[in-house]
Amino acid sequence: MWGFLKRPVVVTADINLSLVALTGMGLLSRLWRLTYPRAVVFDEVYYGQYISFYMKQIFFLDDSGPPFGHMVLALGGYLGGFDGNFLWNRIGAEYSSNVPVWSLRLLPALAGALSVPMAYQIVLELHFSHCAAMGAALLMLIENALITQSRLMLLESVLIFFNLLAVLSYLKFFNCQKHSPFSLSWWFWLTLTGVACSCAVGIKYMGVFTYVLVLGVAAVHAWHLIGDQTLSNVGADVQCCMRPACMGQMRMSQGVCVFCHLLARAVALLVIPVVLYLLFFYVHLILVFRSGPHDQIMSSAFQASLEGGLARITQGQPLEVAFGSQVTLRNVFGKPVPCWLHSHQDTYPMIYENGRGSSHQQQVTCYPFKDVNNWWIVKDPRRHQLVVSSPPRPVRHGDMVQLVHGMTTRSLNTHDVAAPLSPHSQEVSCYIDYNISMPAQNLWRLEIVNRGSDTDVWKTILSEVRFVHVNTSAVLKLSGAHLPDWGYRQLEIVGEKLSRGYHGSTVWNVEEHRYGASQEQRERERELHSPAQVDVSRNLSFMARFSELQWRMLALRSDDSEHKYSSSPLEWVTLDTNIAYWLHPRTSAQIHLLGNIVIWVSGSLALAIYALLSLWYLLRRRRNVHDLPQDAWLRWVLAGALCAGGWAVNYVPFFLMEKTLFLYHYLPALTFQILLLPVVLQHISDHLCRSQLQRSVFSALVVAWYSSACHVSNTLRPLTYGDKSLSPHELKALRWKDSWDILIRKH
Amino acid sequence: MPPATGGGLAESELRPRRGRCSPQAARAAGRDVAAEAVARSPKRPAWGSRRFEAAGWWALLALVTLLSFATRFHRLDEPPHICWREVQRTEESSPKGFSSFCLFFSPQMLIGLAGYLSGYDGTFLFQKPGDKYEHHSYMGMRGFCAFLGSWLVPFAYLTVLDLSKSLSAALLTAALLTFDTGCLTLSQYILLDPILMFFIMAAMLSMVKYNSCADRPFSAPWWFWLSLTGVSLAGALGVKFVGLFIILQVGLNTIADLWYLFGDLSLSLVTVGKHLTARVLCLIVLPLALYTATFAVHFMVLSKSGPGDGFFSSAFQARLSGNNLHNASIPEHLAYGSVITVKNLRMAIGYLHSHRHLYPEGIGARQQQVTTYLHKDYNNLWIIKKHNTNSDPLDPSFPVEFVRHGDIIRLEHKETSRNLHSHYHEAPMTRKHYQVTGYGINGTGDSNDFWRIEVVNRKFGNRIKVLRSRIRFIHLVTGCVLGSSGKVLPKWGWEQLEVTCTPYLKETLNSIWNVEDHINPKLPNISLDVLQPSFPEILLESHMVMIRGNSGLKPKDNEFTSKPWHWPINYQGLRFSGVNDTDFRVYLLGNPVVWWLNLLSIALYLLSGSIIAVAMQRGARLPAEVAGLSQVLLRGGGQVLLGWTLHYFPFFLMGRVLYFHHYFPAMLFSSMLTGILWDTLLRLCAWGLASWPLARGIHVAGILSLLLGTAYSFYLFHPLAYGMVGPLAQDPQSPMAGLRWLDSWDF
Repeated sequence: MWGFLKRPVVVTADINLSLVALTGMGLLSRLWRLTYPRAVVFDEVYYGQYISFYMKQIFFLDDSGPPFGHMVLALGGYLGGFDGNFLWNRIGAEYSSNVPVWSLRLLPALAGALSVPMAYQIVLELHFSHCAAMGAALLMLIENALITQSRLMLLESVLIFFNLLAVLSYLKFFNCQKHSPFSLSWWFWLTLTGVACSCAVGIKYMGVFTYVLVLGVAAVHAWHLIGDQTLSNVGADVQCCMRPACMGQMRMSQGVCVFCHLLARAVALLVIPVVLYLLFFYVHLILVFRSGPHDQIMSSAFQASLEGGLARITQGQPLEVAFGSQVTLRNVFGKPVPCWLHSHQDTYPMIYENGRGSSHQQQVTCYPFKDVNNWWIVKDPRRHQLVVSSPPRPVRHGDMVQLVHGMTTRSLNTHDVAAPLSPHSQEVSCYIDYNISMPAQNLWRLEIVNRGSDTDVWKTILSEVRFVHVNTSAVLKLSGAHLPDWGYRQLEIVGEKLSRGYHGSTVWNVEEHRYGASQEQRERERELHSPAQVDVSRNLSFMARFSELQWRMLALRSDDSEHKYSSSPLEWVTLDTNIAYWLHPRTSAQIHLLGNIVIWVSGSLALAIYALLSLWYLLRRRRNVHDLPQDAWLRWVLAGALCAGGWAVNYVPFFLMEKTLFLYHYLPALTFQILLLPVVLQHISDHLCRSQLQRSVFSALVVAWYSSACHVSNTLRPLTYGDKSLSPHELKALRWKDSWDILIRKH
Repeated sequence: MPPATGGGLAESELRPRRGRCSPQAARAAGRDVAAEAVARSPKRPAWGSRRFEAAGWWALLALVTLLSFATRFHRLDEPPHICWREVQRTEESSPKGFSSFCLFFSPQMLIGLAGYLSGYDGTFLFQKPGDKYEHHSYMGMRGFCAFLGSWLVPFAYLTVLDLSKSLSAALLTAALLTFDTGCLTLSQYILLDPILMFFIMAAMLSMVKYNSCADRPFSAPWWFWLSLTGVSLAGALGVKFVGLFIILQVGLNTIADLWYLFGDLSLSLVTVGKHLTARVLCLIVLPLALYTATFAVHFMVLSKSGPGDGFFSSAFQARLSGNNLHNASIPEHLAYGSVITVKNLRMAIGYLHSHRHLYPEGIGARQQQVTTYLHKDYNNLWIIKKHNTNSDPLDPSFPVEFVRHGDIIRLEHKETSRNLHSHYHEAPMTRKHYQVTGYGINGTGDSNDFWRIEVVNRKFGNRIKVLRSRIRFIHLVTGCVLGSSGKVLPKWGWEQLEVTCTPYLKETLNSIWNVEDHINPKLPNISLDVLQPSFPEILLESHMVMIRGNSGLKPKDNEFTSKPWHWPINYQGLRFSGVNDTDFRVYLLGNPVVWWLNLLSIALYLLSGSIIAVAMQRGARLPAEVAGLSQVLLRGGGQVLLGWTLHYFPFFLMGRVLYFHHYFPAMLFSSMLTGILWDTLLRLCAWGLASWPLARGIHVAGILSLLLGTAYSFYLFHPLAYGMVGPLAQDPQSPMAGLRWLDSWDF
């Protein structure tokens, strides 16, 4: 205890100065003049609106990725005290003074800067030389595309950061595995791997690719572990593995059970990411609790859980629908637009454009806006009254009902007449008695789809119901087609005779609901115009909200519009395309996403060399010729699996995607290529250069190549930082490829 | 058992087969079981001689084959009308189809040939499902399909026998397939699937056979099976592109095989080279040669022009007799006043087209539509005029003036006398492009009608050649280039393809055109025989057209499609024929007992397979018998599981329309897996309980109950395949009442 009196207190710190220097340079290159340009640059316009939503805590739905990415950006806004008041509508718009540009762009820039020392660490952990590691980091440092992407309020650099972090921490963990399994640092790196993976996935779905890669490598290593006969199966020390107390003892003994190893990996690499992913959504839903413009896409129940909006209306509605209830019915499918069952005075035209006839009865449509004509009254066919009796008689699954349109008091009807746009289905109308021997067929049987038992009561918002026509067994369905002008372009409702199983377009739920009190038509109209009252609140569980939100995000398809700067994956490898991010409103200073062509080309070359060499070695080893010593071979394979594999998993899947693709989608793959480059170079120098002379020549070549990369990087710098206005002549000189789109002002 | 003939039509009894067939099936199943009991006994070495064993083996095979043929040919003539997609198939295979060019190939020739031989006269106009065949002889074609479909069962039997060396496993597989209503239904109609599955199974069988000949390389049977694999592969690919999956499987198997041989140091490199050459010859060269040969035959037979011509390039059409380009002689160089058709160079885009319909309100300017159209039509004709004069250049007093590269021209639509026009309005589908319209009255428009005609990669001032010049039209005012986006316009555009003016001057085939028809009475005609494309070009082009056509298959109105995840759980079937309770109904649905057993088996296989794999990796010492069984499970089962994976999962990535019947090749593999799995598991079980006196009985009883169970389920569900008349299954009166186990089935 008094030891410090006997011995001097010594602090020894190993500081890798090159690491510090790399970090410093990374920060310098990414943070330099970060607030310039003080205008909306390219996709900032897209992410910005979500940041504003976060700042105002308004609910939104974005199909581009899970909420963690937006949250990271919003954190920047929060730290800078952004109030969310900015209209994100135009690229190039000047930021107003309330927008803290520096702090908004800070986190992506930091992530980009830290990727540089991480590249160094990764190559070092792969057991390649310090020199190779420096090479990787320096390449990351001068890669123009990475610089551009990290200096703006975009997500790719954060994604790359977490990708690299996942790989790095897995490597650290793997290296710990050899000498000190279950030590503190072993646990730390293992957990960090899982955390980094789930963060990467949380930023963009693209992160899944790297996650799969790490999982794959971990699975192979675990498989080797299973084959390791020195480990016991399930020892008595299962408990022991988990107790930190005996960790030291564990390190001594080799008899750790395989089961513990597998369990630890499963928890860290499978359970933790899932839990974290859920946590992102949990935080997201806590942060954005107010209703907003995207409400309509969500189900009524979800909307009712948000503050304001539908919740204000539905708060305190009676829960159970009774005979005499006034309701609005919303289609559950919500495609092409969310809408409510609707009718109005107008009738179907006697003869359609194509010569077919109709029943000429009152139109029934689906209307995407709130309207007094959306109100329907649930009537008991055996009674005449349209009010709720006291006590209310709830409607149950299987009950026969009539639906009476509130404003016109005509009842919902379908018959064997072809629907206007879907001739194979029946027309649905509100019945008008023309005395032409066409009787009313207005009885519907209520089916509650999500019922617990067959005697369930029809509930507001919660119950999903189908209306099955009693005479023809047709089902009330939203066909999705827009009626022509005579139907005011509202959506067509049909009776579908052959309905197969569950489909959202045949399912409805009650959204607004009140007990009707007035038998008199006049009074009832007044009642319908007045908003619903009463109070009960209904809370959805987190898991229900999560699964709905996640499902809608995945199902939401923004129609793939061709973008001026969209490109195909094949163009990325050779850098045949660029993206103009920003142009100064007056001068010709501009920012482009444009890579360092030397690095891109040599990266692809390195990849090809790696593939060919590996194939060659593999074939030779198969014939029992071992060119490489075992440890060098293992190093070579692991580096390839992570770097070349990382490139492949982040690149190849894009060929199968049908969405609009941009050059920046290639950047994660590019980072892995950059990591592979020094690995291949060192391998050539170590194993393929026979003599010292060759080695020196090769080193000289590498130095020359690197300085040319630096030169290119420097030449392209005005387009990366956009800080210098170039003359048209200079700009033309920079257009090295015809396919590059560099903006030249015509004067 | 001869196929039942006649009399079927008159049958109005509720359960068509009750009187005759069900006892037969039951009896057959009984015999089957008895035979199996006999056949298993010879395997005990103490019991019989080798000769008896061989005889039993052959008898069993004969029994399986016979049973398969009997079930497939039973009531083949019903229903006597077109079912589902027979429309498409018979249309193309009718001898009428022989003389007109169509987009599908060799299998149609096979079916067509069968039809031809059996006296089908090709005069039947195939219109829509439900049409009666009446006096047309269709039995030949159906019989041919059923014949091929019947071979599936013996092929599967032999494959499993070879993989597992167990008669009971093979018998179980055969029973599963024989008694599956889905396979049965699919084999009974004029469809491509029985042919495809025949070739897939043949390839699988011969691959397994040559694998088992591996100890005697280069022997006669080895060569035989190897080349048979190649032949079957060619057949499979020739029928449908789904055949690619079996090619992939054989390819993987071959690579693994070669890798193994390569690692065998006792073989010299020369021997390995021989192995490699043999496989290249039999599995690549032979199938390719066969495939191209069938194509050559196809082109020779289908050498007449037909309605599908417009899909193909001008050069391709020139070799179809009857086409106006065949042996055509037209003026060679374009001159002012020529009447031309302009065809896009991208395949399956078509001709520049316009018609007397305007773009609808709200879509660009309300001017005349310009589209591309795949069929030949007088609305495809355009007149080339000078941009500045409106005089009639065909006036004989004017000298002929040729159009030259770089000239400014005007294209006037011949029928409507409107000029090809573009302006700064967004195009209807591709919002970033400009709209192209027809504008002006009687050829008088404005400066937006001027286009510069350019020949790609030629010098300015050259004349423009018909067919051979690749030309572009540059809009003079906006500088955009005329192209087709390939997107289908909605109903208002008659579902023709969109034409736009692209401001991005990228070199794509979409914006390059050629002149196809050319009429100018003032110019001398020349013959164009030089145009004849070579065979490889034809081959490539017809494949491109087919691939585009395939991926463009979109569901028609009211057509039911399914999702891949529906398939293995037998979620919903396909209605082949009949809707109402009075119709003769055939419903394609797998026998649920078989299918759900298959599903269970896959899960069980994964579980038991991984347990065994982990045990082996842990170095557990398995007793000889268990080790042998695990080998069967891992090797044989693994191969079949790979087949299932390859034939199932790729469908998740496909964007085209998918139907239930796409799953059937995968289902064959899954049934084989079931056979292998249950046999092995039961044997393992019997081994584990060896101390128990009745242990051996477990295996026998298990297999027997599985066999009987499938046979009984077939007895229950056979009306699905052989046809049902009477009330639908919801009705308790129906013979199928109580068998509608899932709500999504409708029969």
